[in-house]
Amino acid sequence: MKTNDVILQTATKIIFFIIFLFSIHIFFAGHYTPGGGFVGGLLTASGIVLLLLAFDLKTVMTSLPINYTVMTAIGLLLALATAAGSIVFNVPFFTHAFDYFELPLLGKQSLHTAMLFDTGVYLVVVGVTMTIIQTIGADD
Amino acid sequence: MMTFFWVMAFLISLSMLAFIYRLIIGPSVHDRVVALDSLGVALICMIGIISILAGTNFFLEIILLLAILAFIGTVAFSKFLEKGEIIQRDNNIS
Repeated sequence: MKTNDVILQTATKIIFFIIFLFSIHIFFAGHYTPGGGFVGGLLTASGIVLLLLAFDLKTVMTSLPINYTVMTAIGLLLALATAAGSIVFNVPFFTHAFDYFELPLLGKQSLHTAMLFDTGVYLVVVGVTMTIIQTIGADD
Repeated sequence: MMTFFWVMAFLISLSMLAFIYRLIIGPSVHDRVVALDSLGVALICMIGIISILAGTNFFLEIILLLAILAFIGTVAFSKFLEKGEIIQRDNNIS
């Protein structure tokens, strides 16, 4: 039986972008306010789960052609590279550094290398969550 | 003014108790899903009032997060009740 879920699909097309923007906000706000890589990654994954609920597995795989296993590996590699990059500057492992930069559109901002580590956490969380959900969802 | 918010928190906790009663006693699964969704909304109101009482605005992101999670959970439950499976492999075949 083919059911008609136009309302869910139309609402999802709007709500997905709201969830995604909110997850980006949570991810970048992690240094000074609650949030960070873990919650941001889980929110992005829940946005993709909403897409999976409204549409089907094949549609989402063709519209978002991401290999989530590779994504997890890239995240782990990024976190490890951030931790190992401090050895090059002759300081202990995992030493972070920050400085103030004049960015073109944003003005004076402090850029911290913990941001790169957080990006690794974000990618790992999204990759692992989506791998779990897709593996269970594709099971018959 | 703070007394007003304490009274509001008490009233919302009473309504949450009523939702929990409906969650336990509900005859069908659909009643329980609606009760769980309403409980999520009541929890959002509770967090808003608690953040007023605590005088902080660090809880405001949790409100939006909880709204998103309650929505996705309700959609997942209702899709399971409607179609029997939560994530379909291909929508156009069956």
